[in-house]
Amino acid sequence: MITAPFEYARPGSVDEAQSLLTKFGDDAKVIAGGQSLIPLMRLRLSQPTALVDIQGIGELKQVRRDNGTIEIGALVRHVDIQRNAVLRETLPILVEMANDVGDNQVRNLGTIGGVIAHGDAAGDYNALALMLDAEIVTNKRRHQARDFYRDILTTALEHDEVVTAVRFPVSTGRFAYTKFRRRLYDWALAGVAVQESGSSWRVGYVNLARTPRRGSAVEAALASGASAADAAAQSGSDIDPTSDVRATAEYKRHLTEVLTVRTLQKAAAV
Amino acid sequence: MAVTSLIGARIQRREDPKLITGHGNFIDDVNLVNMAHMSIVRSPHAHARIRSIDTSAARAAQGVVAVLAAGDFKPHIHAPLPVTNAFVADKKQVPDQFAIAEDEVIYAGEPVAVVVAEDRYLADDAAQLVVVDYEPLPAVMDLEKAMAPDSPLVKSDRSDNIGWDAAFPAGDIDAAFAEAEVVVKQRIGQQRLFPTPMETRGCVADYVPYDNRVTLWTSTQVPHFVRLFVGGALGVPESQFRVISHDVGGGFGSKIRPYLEEYLTTATSKIVERPVKWIEDRTESLLATTHGRGQIFDVEVAARRDGTLLGLKFTQLLDIGAYHGVFSAFQVVACLIGGGAYEWKAINARSIGIFTNRTSTDPYRGAGRPEATHMVERMVDLVALEIGMDPAELRRKNFVKSFPHTNNFGLVYDSGDYPKTLDRAMANIDYTALRKRQADLRAQGRYLGIGFSTYVEICGLGPSAATAPAAGVALVESSMVRVHPTGSVTVSVGTHAHGQSHETTFAQIVADTLGVPYDSVEIHHGDTGDTPFGYGTYGSRSLAVGGMAIMASCHKVVEKATKLAAHAFEASEEDIVVDQGRYFVRGNPGEAKSIAELAFASYGAGLPAGMEQGLEAVSYFDPPNFVWPFGCHICAVEVDPETGGVSIDRYVAVDDCGNVINPMVVDGQLHGGIAQGISQALFEEVLYDEETGQMLTGTMVDYLIPTMAEMPHFELDRTVTPSPTNELGVKGIGEAGTIASSIAVINAITDALTPFGIKHVEMPARPDRLWSMIKEARA
Repeated sequence: MITAPFEYARPGSVDEAQSLLTKFGDDAKVIAGGQSLIPLMRLRLSQPTALVDIQGIGELKQVRRDNGTIEIGALVRHVDIQRNAVLRETLPILVEMANDVGDNQVRNLGTIGGVIAHGDAAGDYNALALMLDAEIVTNKRRHQARDFYRDILTTALEHDEVVTAVRFPVSTGRFAYTKFRRRLYDWALAGVAVQESGSSWRVGYVNLARTPRRGSAVEAALASGASAADAAAQSGSDIDPTSDVRATAEYKRHLTEVLTVRTLQKAAAV
Repeated sequence: MAVTSLIGARIQRREDPKLITGHGNFIDDVNLVNMAHMSIVRSPHAHARIRSIDTSAARAAQGVVAVLAAGDFKPHIHAPLPVTNAFVADKKQVPDQFAIAEDEVIYAGEPVAVVVAEDRYLADDAAQLVVVDYEPLPAVMDLEKAMAPDSPLVKSDRSDNIGWDAAFPAGDIDAAFAEAEVVVKQRIGQQRLFPTPMETRGCVADYVPYDNRVTLWTSTQVPHFVRLFVGGALGVPESQFRVISHDVGGGFGSKIRPYLEEYLTTATSKIVERPVKWIEDRTESLLATTHGRGQIFDVEVAARRDGTLLGLKFTQLLDIGAYHGVFSAFQVVACLIGGGAYEWKAINARSIGIFTNRTSTDPYRGAGRPEATHMVERMVDLVALEIGMDPAELRRKNFVKSFPHTNNFGLVYDSGDYPKTLDRAMANIDYTALRKRQADLRAQGRYLGIGFSTYVEICGLGPSAATAPAAGVALVESSMVRVHPTGSVTVSVGTHAHGQSHETTFAQIVADTLGVPYDSVEIHHGDTGDTPFGYGTYGSRSLAVGGMAIMASCHKVVEKATKLAAHAFEASEEDIVVDQGRYFVRGNPGEAKSIAELAFASYGAGLPAGMEQGLEAVSYFDPPNFVWPFGCHICAVEVDPETGGVSIDRYVAVDDCGNVINPMVVDGQLHGGIAQGISQALFEEVLYDEETGQMLTGTMVDYLIPTMAEMPHFELDRTVTPSPTNELGVKGIGEAGTIASSIAVINAITDALTPFGIKHVEMPARPDRLWSMIKEARA
């Protein structure tokens, strides 16, 4: 439970972070809140040669509304999201997700940029970014969320690329998020997010494939007037769960369908 | 006993201010000058031959003091790890376990090398550089396959994979089954569990070469036991070997044995001639600390259609793991108390201990008794279901009703009133209304279930006459009570708390019995340097056995104080009245001597002829019997048939542990105990890959320890049936909650699923498993 040795640097700007990443090379990692990276390092499953700690970069801590877009700085923590009045008005589903991330310690340290950069299918915000067509802003470019998540814990980020912000469309329609867990502080065994967007519904799936998934088939069924149950029956083609120590794939598929119905009903009742 | 004010008082734990302000003294708080740090290289394979170990890169690494393997330890460790000689078996195989593997590893996590460095970071880094060439061998994982004559062997030098095979027949079982109108059969599993104390293990050893003297700080439940065996193996006599165990952050049975790391750390200190610290990290702990349970029961019950229980037949298959735990065979006790709180004409039990290529199992909170309770309470429900009788009524009909009661195996239940706790619990949960609510909800397609557990527990281990054959050691307990010249009192005991509040409750007993202020009583435990030999804390024994050892010393002190008072008042001893620490001549309470005054006099001149100075006593207590707590727990759950999710609706417990020293401490024990049983029922399971023997639940992400958020509100109540076995009238409460609770939850889930035709549910009742069962039942 002790990490392998590594270099450590704490840049004051994004530019400095990039040059440090270039200097340290391919095996360096960016660290923000460390809630995913540090446990992996303690198990020595991840042994970066250097950590570039971006927590001192003040400019990454802002939440800004820009007409129909809400831009959230990479260092905005879960607890900041929970307490942010602007987000509560413009993207309430994100606040609801933040309320159920981990425990107090995780919420006090973990950041939205960390969740995005880690690209974990279990990271609740990743499914939301995908379903709402968010943009992921880095020091080098803007990624469309739909092109960002490549494989298990693998994103389109290059090694010297630093996530600086995430841009979501302001989403004030009806919504619901259901996170099925065996313990309150667990990752979702299966998570289903639904968000009304204009006249249609967006659906996202957490921890049900190697990457976050958008419920495209369910969305299409809903758009064509299907009931919640009939739409949810399409969820199987939107996900690709595997069996693990927590549950069988068959169960996760069934659970997803049940949760999709319930989440749609919950959102419609709001 | 005098009229008292402290025994029975709900006073706050005196341990807490220190612990909750961060002033505890746990094992990692021990730091010595010039101390080196040790990291252990462990086998990643469940079973492999060691071809070679290359330590050259590790030796050359920064800050490394030494890298040691089996050959380096052999000149220093002269004995294998101890295994108590428990239960006479028809067949028994007890292979020696040396503290570190030499040529064959037989479980993932077995030590193969030790790295010592200037700090733990450097030690862990260098440990990664030790290169071990393994030749993997087949892993033996399945209990039944392991029993087959053609099974691969857990270790190549063994005759087979059987650790013991013991039969326990009582009465004419064939006659009981011949009389049966109903026979129900069930296989019931007990999954492996991690004991997961909050504080993992660890030790600091300081070997002083010039006088062959060792001080070993360790996180243990049994400091004297550790000294006896580790000192013995290293050739250091007890007089030169001091074991110190300060605050211990939980054990749950997993710290009741001398561990190989205590041998290795001490030997390493001797080899490198420096103090050495080893702290077990959490992932290491999951492999290296003994596991609990890991059993399968095949059970048959014979009964009449009117609900009369007749005969009970069962076989306990117990996964020993790679080597015997020190007390693993104690869990055979499940056979002797498998009949639970009921009358049986005959019981026929058999226990087979089976080696596998897994971490060893050893007692875990309850140790054989939760398993027995889970089994019998499950079977009673199956009989009730089969004949269409209310499970509460079937229990009531078959309860043992007169005490003392000699069970089928000759164990004597000292006292009890089982219908009373059942009635109280049913009233507290409003059973009639709950059954009506269940029917109403079923009509709406909702599945509420109600589960009973009417347990009886054997604890207070124990009378030497019984524990010597059953546990391999005569489990007596010790105390020393010393009244200092101005009246404060030091009590030294052989038990050792790891969360049980002994510093509080023992002081309550002493303050009342001697009549001294509570704050003047200091409890010492955990240091072999200033406590008398004792067997330690487990088996809910510290009060019923250790507390009585304290009482015995207190009585000796009072007896001497009475003599001193008689001498001071120039009266005869018979005329001295002792009233809450005041000694006076009958009829003259106005002129009294306090125990402090008598203590002061006892160290001075002018004592009665022939009396030695001082006011102190040492006692050993060997109880005449076990003690027998009991109670009734009722759980109500709702199962969501679509997700298989279980939510606990109510949890009502009525326990009877005899007289209570401190109700708050008893409630705390019940909260923790019930939580652990619920946790087994719903959450925890150690999983291994059945082919490779790799642990699949090797982190706390995958091994589910529930939190407060998953626990229901515990609705506690109690009845008081004093134990006639000891003067305090006490029983034990450390394990009762765990013994009772797993089956209350499982019986509730099974009851909820009865409409689907589901009769039995295994632990943990995972949502995916319940959903699969419901799906199959619906098909």
